[in-house]
Amino acid sequence: MTSYHGMFSALLILVPVLTFILLWIALQGPVVDRITMAGLPEGVLDGLDSGGVQLVLAEIKSVSRGQIFGTPEDWKIAAAGRYVILHDRADWWLFAAVTILSLALLAFARSRVAADFRARQGVEGIVSGLMIFCSTVAIFTTIGIIASLSYETWRFFERVPVAEFLFGLNWEPQIPLREDQIAAKGAFGWLPVILGTIVITVVALVVAVPVGLFSAIYLNEFAPKRLRSIVKPVLEILAGVPTVVYGFFAILVVAPAIRSFGQSIGLDVAPNTALAAGGVMGIMLIPFISSFADDALSAVPQAMRDGALGLGSTRGEMMTTVLFPAALPGIVGGVLLAVSRAIGETMIVVMAAGLIAKMTINPLDSVTTVTVQIVTLLIGDTSFDNPKTLAAFALGMMLFLVTLMINILALRIVRKYREAYD
Amino acid sequence: MNNMRKIERDVKMTDTKITARSVNVHYGDTHAIKDVDVNIADKTVTAFIGPSGCGKSTFLRCLNRMNDTIDICRVTGEIKIDDKDINHKSVDPVQLRAQVGMVFQKPNPFPKSIYDNIAYGPRIHGLSKSKSELDEIVERALRRGAIWDEVKDRLDQPGTGLSGGQQQRLCIARAVATEPEVLLMDEPCSALDPIATAQVEELIDELRQDYSVVIVTHSMQQAARVSQKTAFFHLGNLVEFNDTGEIFTNPSDPRTESYITGRIG
Ligand SMILES: Nc1ncnc2c1ncn2[C@@H]1O[C@H](COP(=O)(O)OP(=O)(O)OP(=O)(O)O)[C@@H](O)[C@H]1O
Ligand SMILES: [Mg+2]
Repeated sequence: MTSYHGMFSALLILVPVLTFILLWIALQGPVVDRITMAGLPEGVLDGLDSGGVQLVLAEIKSVSRGQIFGTPEDWKIAAAGRYVILHDRADWWLFAAVTILSLALLAFARSRVAADFRARQGVEGIVSGLMIFCSTVAIFTTIGIIASLSYETWRFFERVPVAEFLFGLNWEPQIPLREDQIAAKGAFGWLPVILGTIVITVVALVVAVPVGLFSAIYLNEFAPKRLRSIVKPVLEILAGVPTVVYGFFAILVVAPAIRSFGQSIGLDVAPNTALAAGGVMGIMLIPFISSFADDALSAVPQAMRDGALGLGSTRGEMMTTVLFPAALPGIVGGVLLAVSRAIGETMIVVMAAGLIAKMTINPLDSVTTVTVQIVTLLIGDTSFDNPKTLAAFALGMMLFLVTLMINILALRIVRKYREAYD
Repeated sequence: MNNMRKIERDVKMTDTKITARSVNVHYGDTHAIKDVDVNIADKTVTAFIGPSGCGKSTFLRCLNRMNDTIDICRVTGEIKIDDKDINHKSVDPVQLRAQVGMVFQKPNPFPKSIYDNIAYGPRIHGLSKSKSELDEIVERALRRGAIWDEVKDRLDQPGTGLSGGQQQRLCIARAVATEPEVLLMDEPCSALDPIATAQVEELIDELRQDYSVVIVTHSMQQAARVSQKTAFFHLGNLVEFNDTGEIFTNPSDPRTESYITGRIG
């Protein structure tokens, strides 16, 4: 019990002091900048816009670090000197302030902590306050992200009608650079884009679900222990490969292979097919699905296996008639999570899928995806208030909504299934 | 001479269903069953009693080779059912388990409907040719499991939704539905109330007409009520095996006596 008294004092001192130090560090830079700029001789900043002022400040800072280019004016060198002194002094002030604050808090803590003081409640109060703070940070970040996304989406829909976006069959997000340009007005119908995402997702699932599932079934029930101890880590390595590496694999190996194979049997295959991007994405998802299925199968109680074997079923019959049905909800949940990952996957498709949105479900054709479009819309140097850029936010919003719904559904299924055996 | 041997064998075949000779079981380094010899008669109920951890379940699981499913478990010695060595290479454990049914200590209905639970064995062994035949098998098994009246109106509901006692009777019915020759029951009544226990005991007595039943129990009264033969296990040894009446009235080994009078256990 006594340790709580010490802990209480420590927390009472540490929390405010650390907060103070963090705030100081965050504010020190801007404050020192302002003081430095305010101390410049009259008139030197006249006629400069904010960019120019920034430039002067940057120059002063680099002079203060000793990097002198050309011959700076004397007032700049003087300012740099003041800048250095200010920073040094700020460090001392910080030290002094922290010491005084600590001593004050220590005195306060001493006055609070008496033998009959209920320190445990105090500690628990402070700790739970900290935890509440941390979780609210997470929540508010999420809310902030959603809010900014919604705001930009709303700005997009001010310029482009919702119906055109939701039901339009054309996606050509060009906008005229000059008023009199004849080029297309730009079309913002997202259906071909989401269709591309769906095609690639389906291809990925066609690869990942059977392979992942069967490997999980094999590893879980049939594989000898030694093999399992080798294959499982390998699958985990597969899960750790950065998606950009999968992207390389798709464009350098899979796509050319599919293309040359297609040509050899007389098919016209696009260089960046949905098949290549989806297939490689499927490989990426294999460990994901297999580990979910493995967990679901392992969660089926031993008593079920005993029951089935005790009635004279083979391991195969046991798998198909008891284990698999019992694990199915968990497996479905895992597949749904894989779907939402496939929809949101960006790197592989940016590298291996196409850029042109087409209304097609032919996996040998080149399609584009929502994520690819978001990336291409945002990497241009257009300003942030024209429909082309804002369209990226609308797409992002739709992506967010779709994956959110899938995730909620998947988690519900998984949770329901967990309860089944408790 | 030749004739005599044949007669001897005939007698053996009708009388003895299972013979075990110097059976030893190891779980890794744990020596769970030590040199057990036993003859289990056909059309009788044999009870295994003994303190917890003495190896009753382990020995029971040897009889349908369920120990095969445990990696670290090693069984040696000879176990014959109908004079056929069940550990011989030519014996398929899957077939064996269809012939030697098992009811586990903890009820373990499949997460399927009551009907599908019962129909599980008959389906995988192809015991029925038509749906109506399967219906009949299911009804008969549920009646024998003394649970028909309680579930006949909800055969399509999940077996896991039944009470613990009902689940156990469902599992007994499920084992019976496969028409085994030997039925192994590992503490089948530990989750049942006295009424359900009485029903199961009645059922066991009835099953004796056709099967050889081996039951593990912690209840001395139950062993006395349902069994004709009783085996007392202690620390992996088969200490005493005799007619039930004899064991309970006139045990020859002091350990048996202390156990049944409640001094060890
Ligand atoms: N799967 C296993 N792995 C390792 N050891 C085991 C295993 N099963 C049983 N044992 C050991 O074998 C011994 C006999 O166990 P067993 O389950 O046969 O006892 P039991 O007589 O059935 O006891 P109870 O009456 O409590 O059910 C015990 O020492 C136990 O620890
Ligand atoms: Mg046991």
